[in-house]
Amino acid sequence: MAAAEDSNNNLKELAEKDYKYGFYTEIESESAPKGLSEEIIRYISKKKNEPEFMLEFRLKAYRHWLTLKEPDWAHVDYQKIDYQDLIYYSAPKKKPKIESLDEVDPDLLETFNKLGIPLEEQKALSGVAVDAVIDSVSVKTTFQAELAEKGIIFCSFSEALQKHPELIKKHMGTVVPYTDNFFAALNSAVFSDGSFCYIPKGVKCPMELSTYFRINAANTGQFERTLIIAEEGSYVSYMEGCTAPIRDENQLHAAIVEIIAHKDAEVKYSTVQNWWPGNYEGKGGVYNFVTKRGVCEGDNSKISWTQVETGSAVTWKYPSLILKGDNSAGEFYSVAVTNNYQQADTGTKMIHLGKNTSSTIISKGISAGYSNNSYRGLVKTAKKAINARNFSQCDSLLLGDKCGAHTFPYIEAGNKSSVIEHEATTSKISEDQLFYCLQRGIDMESAIGLIVNGYAKDVLSKLPMEFAVEAQKLLAISLEGSVG
Amino acid sequence: MLKIKDLNVSINGKKILKGFNLEVNAGEVHAIMGPNGSGKSTLASVIAGRDIFTVDSGEVTYMGKNLLDMPPDERAKEGLFLGFQYPVEIPGVSMINFMRTAINEKRKHYGLEPLTGMEFMKLMEEKKKIVEIQSKLTNRSVNEGFSGGEKKKNEIFQMAFLEPKLAILDETDSGLDIDALKVVANGVNALKKPDNASVVITHYQRLLDYIVPDFVHVLYDGRIVKSGSKELAIELEEKGYEWIKKEAGINEKAESTE
Repeated sequence: MAAAEDSNNNLKELAEKDYKYGFYTEIESESAPKGLSEEIIRYISKKKNEPEFMLEFRLKAYRHWLTLKEPDWAHVDYQKIDYQDLIYYSAPKKKPKIESLDEVDPDLLETFNKLGIPLEEQKALSGVAVDAVIDSVSVKTTFQAELAEKGIIFCSFSEALQKHPELIKKHMGTVVPYTDNFFAALNSAVFSDGSFCYIPKGVKCPMELSTYFRINAANTGQFERTLIIAEEGSYVSYMEGCTAPIRDENQLHAAIVEIIAHKDAEVKYSTVQNWWPGNYEGKGGVYNFVTKRGVCEGDNSKISWTQVETGSAVTWKYPSLILKGDNSAGEFYSVAVTNNYQQADTGTKMIHLGKNTSSTIISKGISAGYSNNSYRGLVKTAKKAINARNFSQCDSLLLGDKCGAHTFPYIEAGNKSSVIEHEATTSKISEDQLFYCLQRGIDMESAIGLIVNGYAKDVLSKLPMEFAVEAQKLLAISLEGSVG
Repeated sequence: MLKIKDLNVSINGKKILKGFNLEVNAGEVHAIMGPNGSGKSTLASVIAGRDIFTVDSGEVTYMGKNLLDMPPDERAKEGLFLGFQYPVEIPGVSMINFMRTAINEKRKHYGLEPLTGMEFMKLMEEKKKIVEIQSKLTNRSVNEGFSGGEKKKNEIFQMAFLEPKLAILDETDSGLDIDALKVVANGVNALKKPDNASVVITHYQRLLDYIVPDFVHVLYDGRIVKSGSKELAIELEEKGYEWIKKEAGINEKAESTE
């Protein structure tokens, strides 16, 4: 019958479709030899001209990592990683100064152009300061002068290590200690670069801070580290987004993000993640095993995570919040899309420690093809967290009948005054909705884009404007050809 | 404009349309009436391109093209509109976004630039007046939380917006009170032009008090058993469908063309 034939054609089309951002820029890389040892760690630290405390931190983390076993409790299945077969350091050889765009490697500019984020336009039009990370080393930082005036520090992690080692020493590892988990220990030992952001007391950051990540060299693990510190009464909105080129080998990505919000401070962290998900059969693609955590250290502080996950072959991450200060608030808004053979096990942890703390979780999972999408969340209120409140809503949308959606909510209430609410729904994208759109002249892919964006609206509306537009396009692209 | 010749359609092996014939020319309004289960909605769905039905044989040409070869969205872009009997809700998708997508896809099809936000909003205000639709409806998600009457008005509103060449209205009158019925009928009449046509599918005659058809066809057991002018509709209203069934039973092979 016609429908079956159509879906076969769609599958075929999909298989032949190239990953939109699957190009590979040839920038000369300087890489460490394969494998992991104390020697390699010393090599990385030396290459980066790091202070002594940093090397010691790395070595401690490495020695701890050696004692750990790779965890396997997530609802994901992937080929075991040979950690001795990875390259742990790779830096663009030509390291341009950051005075003007003319000095930037032309190939790199081309990469940005393909991504549709030319730096000059970013500068001129959107007022977004971009700290671009390609293969682990920051190449370009803009708007620093304007930010510096307010005392805001926004730079690569390496630069911060050189210029503000005391800030790093004081805060790094306080939210995610290297002992936290297997991948956190690995990252702490070998991290190459990342972003650093410091907002001084009482300062409202006047622009959205943005970092674009991009994995570029073959078979290179990407170990980024982000540290955001918001001092008393400050505010910052931070965005991170990424795309990746087609690679045959699996690429491991094990990042750490740490956020600290002091009294009355607010941090909004938004991310759009679009790493190479593997080909139609699920071969290749990025493993994204990330530890993201924020702590609302002071009273009345607030941190929100907003994420749109469309990429990676395997995603394993739970941006979490520790609500330590009284009256502090945490938010988690997530859209996770999986297609073909993608697997995602993602969610959040809200740990209520302070009084009158509140948290909101809105998670929208979208599964298509043969993919598996799991929400895993923990809401915990400590004994002293009186009057803690949580509201969680976890919705799953299924496209087709070969995919899976799973919800694993964990609730631990430590006192009687906590109120924890959890709502969950599972629905299918209906043929009637699709046909209605088709009959109005909207083609299949736009129709899916419309319906899915409508479903995810509650989350997308939390993203900064320019990011929301990008995210909407991404959702549509990620689901191309997924309904027959 | 639309020519249907000896169309046979089935779903899951069950024959629904059995040698259906119809010809619609520009400027005409056709009414298709018939008892429940006669195949009225199937006809509408097949013309619009719903793929749950199987076309076993027959030809359908639309504006000189083989309609059955065209995917449903292309049919729509080429000016075919279906007013749904049960308009579906699309949560989170605003009417504005939905209509803007639809109109711009159609414009793209004809090599036209998309409408700017201003142009679109202006057009929307104009079209709203035709169906007396309230602003709050266009600010909501597609059909979400609309009453039955509002959903049907919304169909006519979309029709006004997309300016189809051929509109097929599938039981647009069902579930409407008399005021809503008038609004729907006025909308249809206001949009009537010499170069477009409509096919109004209905169970009851009352809609035809307001939309005066040039032809009335009676569909029974998958084919048209009787055609005539609007008087036929009045006769049906008075006598019911029983006499048609009998007549069809007697003249087993009777097939009617207009």
